[in-house]
Amino acid sequence: MMSLLTDNTMLAALLALVGLGTLFGGLLGYAAEKFKVGSDPIVQQLDELLPQTQCGQCGFPGCRPYAQSIADGDAINKCPPGGQSTINAIANLLDISAPSLDEEHGEEEIRTIAYIREDECIGCTKCIQACPVDAILGAAKLMHTVIADECTGCDLCVEPCPVDCIDMLPIVENIHQWQWSAPEHSADLIATTASGMHEDAA
Amino acid sequence: MRQIWNTPGGVHPPDNKEQSLTKNIGHLPLPEKLILPLTQHAGTAAKTCVVVGEKVLKGQKLASASAGISAAVHAPSSGWITAIEERSVAHPSGMSAACIEITCDGEDRWIERVSYPNYQQASAMQLRDLIADAGIAGLGGAGFPSAIKLDSGTKKPIDTLIINATECEPYITADDILICERADQIIQGIDIVSHLLGKPKTILIGIENNKPEAIAALNQHCQGTGIEVVYFPTKYPSGGEKQLIYILTGKEVPSGQLPADLGMVCLNSGTAFAIKRAVIDGEPLISRITTLAGEACGVNRNYEILIGTPVSHLLQHNNFDQALCSRLIMGGPMMGFSLASSEVPLIKTSTCILAPSHTEIPDDEPPQPCIRCGLCSEACPASLLPQQLYWYSRAKDHERLQSHNLFDCIECGACSYVCPSNIPLVQYYRSSKGDITNALATKATAAISRERFEFRQVRLEKADIARESKREARRLNTEQAKKMSPSTTQSTGSSAADIIKAAQLRGITKQASPEQQKAKLQRTLLAAQMRLEEAQQRLVQVTNKGSAHQQAQQLASVEAARRKVEQTTQRLTEVSH
Repeated sequence: MMSLLTDNTMLAALLALVGLGTLFGGLLGYAAEKFKVGSDPIVQQLDELLPQTQCGQCGFPGCRPYAQSIADGDAINKCPPGGQSTINAIANLLDISAPSLDEEHGEEEIRTIAYIREDECIGCTKCIQACPVDAILGAAKLMHTVIADECTGCDLCVEPCPVDCIDMLPIVENIHQWQWSAPEHSADLIATTASGMHEDAA
Repeated sequence: MRQIWNTPGGVHPPDNKEQSLTKNIGHLPLPEKLILPLTQHAGTAAKTCVVVGEKVLKGQKLASASAGISAAVHAPSSGWITAIEERSVAHPSGMSAACIEITCDGEDRWIERVSYPNYQQASAMQLRDLIADAGIAGLGGAGFPSAIKLDSGTKKPIDTLIINATECEPYITADDILICERADQIIQGIDIVSHLLGKPKTILIGIENNKPEAIAALNQHCQGTGIEVVYFPTKYPSGGEKQLIYILTGKEVPSGQLPADLGMVCLNSGTAFAIKRAVIDGEPLISRITTLAGEACGVNRNYEILIGTPVSHLLQHNNFDQALCSRLIMGGPMMGFSLASSEVPLIKTSTCILAPSHTEIPDDEPPQPCIRCGLCSEACPASLLPQQLYWYSRAKDHERLQSHNLFDCIECGACSYVCPSNIPLVQYYRSSKGDITNALATKATAAISRERFEFRQVRLEKADIARESKREARRLNTEQAKKMSPSTTQSTGSSAADIIKAAQLRGITKQASPEQQKAKLQRTLLAAQMRLEEAQQRLVQVTNKGSAHQQAQQLASVEAARRKVEQTTQRLTEVSH
């Protein structure tokens, strides 16, 4: 056997290469199965940056589908609830420049929470079906109410209500949620130009 | 003399303590109304246990501690509960919070006091319950509920008890005067705590050397008690818990850990006094020593005030001049905050009310750009990099802020004090801390929302699948039924005759059971017989007086009725067989 190989170097080379190819092919195949990544990790990371309002203002049915779409190359500025900070975070993750919010999808507004005017509720369950996070409690012909802690303020329950008894109210800050505000930056007085526009100088 | 360690950084602001030390502890006349916020401590609000209109006695519990970190609230004087509502409170936000208002009756009548002069016989648990029941929270300014602090739980056993009498902040002399006048009671309080903690090996009282009278008083009363009084040079902020521990023991409390993790407990001297009052005299925490200082007040002095006393009441009795006052500060000039209104009540953590004149503490000068002089880093007692933190805070770079240990900042204000550009550095740090905490909270709620959204998707999918499988089952059922009656499937002829035949067949298959058919035929027969009788009667009438044409018509109808009766009888006999 060995003498056959030493005599036919061509055959030996061929066998060696085929052998190596099979070995590494097998290894790679095994690794691909063993260390398989379940879902696209970038989608996961994008999904974590999105505000999880599930409002659909981006045109996708929820935050994860939009994350998937961004991973597939969609624009990153379609999320009004997340606003500029979310856009910046996504831009930072994807290492691209951050565009400003696409006005087509809505404007960045203060966070609100849905409140049902309970006297007027007729118990139609339409809002319950519309809520993407199951934050509305109630049953047919019984009053409904919003679990304020779970409400994402997505607005989706307002439109289906046949008696218009849902209000989107801004979150009232109480003493426990209060935080110090950042000091206002005064103009950086060093190195101003004659016109006083320090941005020019910078 | 024990070895002392020197903390990094620190500043030496003028201490301005002599003004309020000229007089002894004063007492104010009883205010008309007392306002008691439910949150006077660190943690969650206490739960009200009285109702509006109720008559309460001095020392009666108004609100009990809720679960977790909380402290009870007691009535500082007797009177009626006149309101339980949101009132503006002493808080940097100037916002309102839930308060209980007592209209005093002037009698100042005590509730029955339960005291334990023989605390040596009580168990640690009993003593802790007593302290918790008395609503004692750290009187040094942070207001952490003492009973929780003294519950080492499963952590290391406590071998060092440190009493903080440093009082490093300018103007404040509340602890100083309390020690001078009531050192014996403070030592009793320390003994109670020491008993509760199982006699720690080392008991130290840390005090700055600018209080010679207090040091003398302590030394006199500590003789033979095993308590060591350690004094050290004045430097702000030596009174910070972690700073004091380092000065006295040379040990650093690691970032994110508590002194209890090192087997240490640190209590304010005022808290020790309050513990003595609670255990030996049975008096809950209803009063404290507060310094009134500042040039806008005619009298600078320490008062034993009832908790809940409005700041305005304190000022009124001290020739306060509004025009002279630049701003009203609760706490000291370094770490205190401005009050929006003088109607807010004094609470358990109110160490000082400072009413400085415009020359004493002038308005903030406009900040200038950072010149990177580095003075702030030299002043930082926590060895942080204030300048870096400032830039990151302006850039809202939360990651870098955290990696530069923003949360180890004790907000002492030393960096702002030394800043030649008047940059309000601490305000940047406080704001960034709030931003980061909020961002984390938002992230946590977003995670919950995501979970709920995904759960809903799964639920809807499951419902869809269930509906689909039901539909499939129904379709299969109909197919099977079609196969069971092959005649219907065969009769797919195109001609009209075929269609009629098929329809007839369908009619037959649709027919009811023989019994039902029989009953139906019997009903038809009965009706036909009745019609036949009627027709015969009409025929008789017509034969008597009708025309020939009418007679013929009636004859035909009788004939038709008879035929129907015959047909039905015949079908009935067929079905019966």
